[in-house]
This record gives sequence, structure tokens and C-alpha cells, in this order.
Amino acid sequence: MNKVTAWDRVMLARKSERPKAQEYINEIFDDFIELHGDRNFGDDKAIIGGIATLDGMPVTVIGEQKGRNAKENIERNFGMPNPEGYRKALRLMKQAEKFNRPVITFIDTPGAYPGMGAEERGQGEAIARSIMEMSSLKVPIICIVIGEGSSGGALAIGVGDKVVMLENAIYSILSPEGFASILYKDSSKAKEAAENMKLTAKDLKELNIIDDIIKEPEGGAQEDFEKVAKDVKKYLLKNIKKLKGMKKEELLQKRYEKIRNFGK
Amino acid sequence: MSFEIKNKFKIIKNLKIKLKKIKIKIKTKISDKMACPYCPEMDGGKILIIDKVRKVNEKEETRTRNEKAADMMIGKWVKCDQCKEIIYKEDLHRNLSVCPNCGKHFRLSARRRIKQIADEGTFEEIGQDILTQDPLNFEGYLKKVQSLKEKIKTDEAVKCGICEIEGNRAVLAVMDGNFLMGSMGEAVGERITVAIEKAIEEKLPFVIFCVSGGARMQEGIVSLMQMAKTSAAVQKLNEAGLLYITVLTDPTTGGVTASFASLGDIILAEPKALIGFAGPRVIEQTIRQKLPEGFQSSEFLLEHGFIDKIVERKDMKSTIAKLIELHVN
Repeated sequence: MNKVTAWDRVMLARKSERPKAQEYINEIFDDFIELHGDRNFGDDKAIIGGIATLDGMPVTVIGEQKGRNAKENIERNFGMPNPEGYRKALRLMKQAEKFNRPVITFIDTPGAYPGMGAEERGQGEAIARSIMEMSSLKVPIICIVIGEGSSGGALAIGVGDKVVMLENAIYSILSPEGFASILYKDSSKAKEAAENMKLTAKDLKELNIIDDIIKEPEGGAQEDFEKVAKDVKKYLLKNIKKLKGMKKEELLQKRYEKIRNFGK
Repeated sequence: MSFEIKNKFKIIKNLKIKLKKIKIKIKTKISDKMACPYCPEMDGGKILIIDKVRKVNEKEETRTRNEKAADMMIGKWVKCDQCKEIIYKEDLHRNLSVCPNCGKHFRLSARRRIKQIADEGTFEEIGQDILTQDPLNFEGYLKKVQSLKEKIKTDEAVKCGICEIEGNRAVLAVMDGNFLMGSMGEAVGERITVAIEKAIEEKLPFVIFCVSGGARMQEGIVSLMQMAKTSAAVQKLNEAGLLYITVLTDPTTGGVTASFASLGDIILAEPKALIGFAGPRVIEQTIRQKLPEGFQSSEFLLEHGFIDKIVERKDMKSTIAKLIELHVN
């Protein structure tokens, strides 16, 4: 592959043709039954979740869903969840824990939605609780960043035993535009910011924030989606098997150690 | 003649002494008394006295003004941005940094906060050797941190330690808004986590005062992961059955709100603090309209069910002490 800059990857990660969570779910799993609602306020369409089977094994799947066009994006709020989205996700994870199902999450969001309603309903609390509960959920969790993983909105469903990224996915503290406007006082320097932020899969692997990188074809995942989905499936099968073989205490201990060592 | 001259000098000298004591206001009084009672007939004498008085007076005036200016310069006065009252700093500090006029809670440094909450001489710092990292090799970051360290004599945006609060032993963590807006980077996350681990080890309650603009941008994704690290540590605290009190102060936003700050068994807040996930400006840009007055204030959060109680600063120590006492078996 030619030299792909961090900014190229930002563009690739945001591409509207790039496969979204729903497509991965349909391609990788069978019998997906979507479950709705947080039992408190409503159903957030920016997060989808439910039960499916992975090669016959029941699993809980959760994903942040962006749209592929303007109409879909409005329906999905551009993949920016509200608190009820995170509370739905947490409800489904707790359900998975009860029935001893592994949890698989797909991360793809420009961030948690910064709206008035979101604040009124406790966006911060919803994210915090989700992060905390995921750190001690007694079933294996695998998180896959498939597109854009931005800020707490991504981390809220991104704490797991294995956190992986697709090769052209990005994962950052906030968008390069936001980063540039805060630190360089100029949002047009986003390109420069992207290079310095360490937001590519390779950077994150080096920083020990993620565990693995799943390769993409040249030009991005949309170029050969079947192959990418197959690789993701292979990765899931291999790792879930390994994680399921571990004792609960060992699983949680390992997960905690991993989180404990972030930044060391 | 020589006697008269001597006498005049004496009068001038006395006046000088008098003037030094009463400074500027004397000016009008003197000009009223332009005719000197000791030498009413001597014009020259009168002029001489007035000249001297003026000189003395001018000198005094300029000196007074300079002193005031000097006072201002070393910052002995502050203006309350709520009621616009000018307050003498000493008075403000004596009043726990709460405006004596309108009750506005000023932001506090970690050092001052610890002094207010911990019993005198009981605070033993932990984690002070955990220092700022630079995972992104971000240009100018460590230099900025270094100069800040020298300027405000604080080495990170949180200070943790074991102390007693009205005789109750507890682990106390206090964030410091003066240090890069209390933002959470690796060192802040690590210090808080180490403090929580200490609380677990010694079976003590954990109290944290939050003030933060959110995650530390200069440390990028590593800052984000501190949200996971601290929240996971809080979960360990829960599993150990230990009390966790968070106090939200002005402002508590971003990644801190979306992690340990929102996870207290009991969440207290100071009056009129700004508390939220997204900052008001970001929300305004998103919804393209101005936010209503009091949006994201402590009172707003109380109304929406996200905090347990608003506590004024004067009652903070006793409230925390009481809560800890209620959780001692």
C-alpha cells in the first residue's frame, strides 16, 4: 500500500460508503433479533443491539449506527448516541451477563450527542456507568472500532477483553477539527492535528491501547467488504473461544490489568 | 528677625508632622487657615507656609496613590463576577473563598481546599511522585507544564492523600482547576487510581472534589483511557463495599463528568457550579440557539435527579464527616 497519511484514514473512516455496524452484523451473525429501548426513556436509533448467533453460539451484539445518506443519518442522529442509547446498551450487556453470552460491540461514532436533552438526561452519567459496568461484566467482551471512534461516546461501549481496530479506523479523544480548534486555535489545521494526535490503528497498537489490527483492502473496507467481514468473524471466533475457556476471575483480572495499565 | 525665622521653621515642621498624619484631606483645612495665626501681618511668611504645605501635600498624595497601586498590583483585591463587588482578598479567604456579599463560591486551589476539608496537620499526600507524561510528544506541552508548575507551585491537576475529616480517616482527592483547567491526563488518572487503591487497601472511604474541563487534550487517546482506568477502579471500590463521595464544583465537565465524577454513592455539589458532559458552547453550536439561564447548573442537575444534595462551602466539611460517620459499622 502507498503511504497513507493519518488524515487519509480520517477521510476513509468517515466515508459514507464505508460499511456500517448493521452491515457487519448482517454479514457476520445469523438470526439477529434487534431489541429496543432503555426501559427508562426511549429507544435511541444511534445504537442498535440485540441477540444473534455466531456460528451457532448465542451472543449479544451492540453497535453504533451511522447512516449512509442524509435521510438515514437524520434517523440515526449521525451515529451520535443520547443517554438512552448507552442505557439500552448497558441493559443488553447486563442481559448478556445473566445468560452468559459474550458481548460484541461495533464502534463508529463522531461522539456522544451534545444536545440539550442529552444533558438533561445525564449524558455524562450514562457514559460513566457504562464504562464502569463493562470493566467488570462477567462475560467476554470484544470491541471493534470499524470507523470513527471519537471521545467518550466511543469508549462508552469500548471497554473489553479485546479491543481491535480495522486498519483504516480511527480512535481519538475528539475529532481532529475539535483538537485543532482547541490546541491550535484554528479548526482548519485539522490535517496537521490528525498527524499529531496518534489516532490510527498502528499508533494505538504501539501505545498498547488496542490489542490487534484487522487488515483492510487497499482503498478501504468497502472495496472488499466480504473479505473484511470474514476476517472480523475469524477474529471473533478465535478470541471468543479463548476467552470463554478462561475462568471468570481470570477473565476479569486480566481485563482489569489491561485497563489499569493504560498510559504506562 | 532670627527669632522670627526660627519660629517660622518650627511652624512649618509642626505642620509637616501634622500633614503626614492626616495626609490629603488637610489641604482644604490649611487653605482656610491661610492667614497664619502666628504671623498674620507678614505676607512673605504666609506664602512661605502655603508653599511648603503644598509641597508636603503633593508628596503625601503621590505616595498614597503608589501604595494603593502596589496593593492592586500584588492582587490584594478581587472583583466578584456575580455581584461586581470589590472584595479584599484576605476577607474572601477568611470567608472560605465565598463572596461575603452574594454568596458566590469562588474556585479554590487544591491546597486551599484541603485546608478547608482535612483536619489540620492530618493530610499525608500519596502519589505525588506520579508526574506528567507526554505520550504524543506534543510540541511545547512539557514546557508549558513546567512553567505552570513554577508559577502556581502545583505539580498536577489533582492532589491525593490520607487525612482525617472531623476525626474520620478517609482518602481525599482534590482536583485543581488552576492546573490546565483541571484536565485529566495520565498522571491525574494514575494518581486518582492509586488513591482509590489505597482506600481499598486501608478500607477507608474515598472522597473526591472534582473540578475539570475534561480530558487533557495534549495527551490524546491516553487521556481518554484514564476515564476507563478511574471508572474501573471505582468499581473495585464498590466491590469492596466502601463509601465513595464525589463533590462536583465549578466547573465539572467532559471526561471527568463521564467517568468517576458521576459514579459516587453520594454525589454532592457546590451551589451554582457548572456541571455537564458537553460544554455550553458546544451545545449552543450544535443546536444553534442560546441555552437558557441556569442550564447545567448544580440546581438544574438536582432538579433532573443527577446529584443528591447541594452543599454550601461552610457546611461541606461537616456534611462529609456526617456522611462518613453514617457509614461506619
